[in-house]
Amino acid sequence: MDQTGQVQASLPLDQWHRDRGGRMVAFAGYAMPVQYDGIMAEHLWTRENAGLFDVSHMGQLLIHGKDSDRALETLMPGDFSAQKDMKLKYSLLLADDGGIIDDLMATRRGDDFYVVVNGATKFGDIDVFEHGLPRQIVVDHMKQQALLALQGPRAVDVLDAIVPGVAELTFMECRAFHALGQTLWISRSGYTGEDGFEISVPGPGAAALADAIIANPLARPIGLGARDSLRLEAGLPLYGHDIDRSTTPVMAGLNFAINKRRRAEGGFPGAVRILGELDQGPVQKRIGLTIEGRQPVREGAVILDGEGSEIGRITSGGHSPSLQRPIAMGYVAAALAEEGTALKIEQRGKLFDATVTAMPFVPHKYHRKPAGA
Amino acid sequence: MSLYFTKDHEWVNVDGDHATVGISDHAQQALGDIVFAEVPDAGRRVSKGDEAAVVESVKAASDVYAPVSGEVTEGNSALGDDPSLINRDPEGDGWFFKLKLADPGELGGLMDEAAYREWCKTL
Repeated sequence: MDQTGQVQASLPLDQWHRDRGGRMVAFAGYAMPVQYDGIMAEHLWTRENAGLFDVSHMGQLLIHGKDSDRALETLMPGDFSAQKDMKLKYSLLLADDGGIIDDLMATRRGDDFYVVVNGATKFGDIDVFEHGLPRQIVVDHMKQQALLALQGPRAVDVLDAIVPGVAELTFMECRAFHALGQTLWISRSGYTGEDGFEISVPGPGAAALADAIIANPLARPIGLGARDSLRLEAGLPLYGHDIDRSTTPVMAGLNFAINKRRRAEGGFPGAVRILGELDQGPVQKRIGLTIEGRQPVREGAVILDGEGSEIGRITSGGHSPSLQRPIAMGYVAAALAEEGTALKIEQRGKLFDATVTAMPFVPHKYHRKPAGA
Repeated sequence: MSLYFTKDHEWVNVDGDHATVGISDHAQQALGDIVFAEVPDAGRRVSKGDEAAVVESVKAASDVYAPVSGEVTEGNSALGDDPSLINRDPEGDGWFFKLKLADPGELGGLMDEAAYREWCKTL
């Protein structure tokens, strides 16, 4: 199942969203808020203040057992053995042909790994982990946990007032905190390109935490619509659209997820193909595009070269609220992926001029640890 | 002047054999923030039910169908510069196009304003 479909279950904040005017839609098997006041206003609010997102549809897994780091390396291209405690790593669950089964965030917690996977793919992922990992490794689906994200330049001020100490975290770091009578696992991370946090909270306590956050006038609830436009501006791929089983990490430009030792040693699914693509370059590459005019181009639109031959497809596209223009992502033949290349896009019989543009479209503002610190 | 609506949420305001067409307040609310609109040029002939205009919100593209047949006399050029007019004043300044009716009898199949507003409450 993809973005839409039947609602199978409700999430801990279901009523909370409805009470605050959230427009609920079916997403990844759950009813989720697509917007409250309007996507544009929510998007810009997040870029300027703090936006609260409910992402409890995502799968939260705890993978534990002896040598879980080495075991994970048989399924993913990250260097989990060298991963430091309470640090996050972006990684990719890979198929034997090098295609991407899912993208995820893995945090080392001692000998265990806390893994957050996409909502629409979580059950398939659990299956891949359970079948692909040795018997001593246990995969615990933490269904009782809700997941909130607080994103934007004021997120740190809002959250540190409720959970003192979170301001000390730097990008891609995690810690357990105690606040509002419960344990919160908080990481400095997100999916908007802004500074911000992701908070794993027991489901029954999620509403109290969400209330405490939006009691601050700097924070507002934000729907999935703005989450999508924010991540598109940030150049971040969306699984099932910009990356899937037909794309490899190298095609997708996610080379940073293939760590140095793994490049030398291989040993992950699809390693032969992926290492070959790293060496010789992929046939197709994921690119960013800015579109002339005002009309957005959407997923599925055809990308043409100067001769009018099809060279790829748009995988995500829409209006950029921050740039006030249409932007898109797609795949093209590697020879035409150079920044500044002029291309055409065909959508519903109409041609659009487009230019290959470096991503992110809007600069990232992550709170990184100062160099040398 | 008389105002009619379609089940696709277009409105048509008729004055003699001329009419103005747009989308209803209900439609603009459902679409959300509108970022683009494409309206037909004067001279184009449209038949009832044809895709006459395009409106795009942040999320998706939608067609606007001709509620009645006729020849377009004017597209609303203001929407090109400021498509958000459709959100702010959907049944006024956010109109899409004007046309000369080919068959005023087609209006008989449309809802009047009271019937349309009542019907929207059931959606």
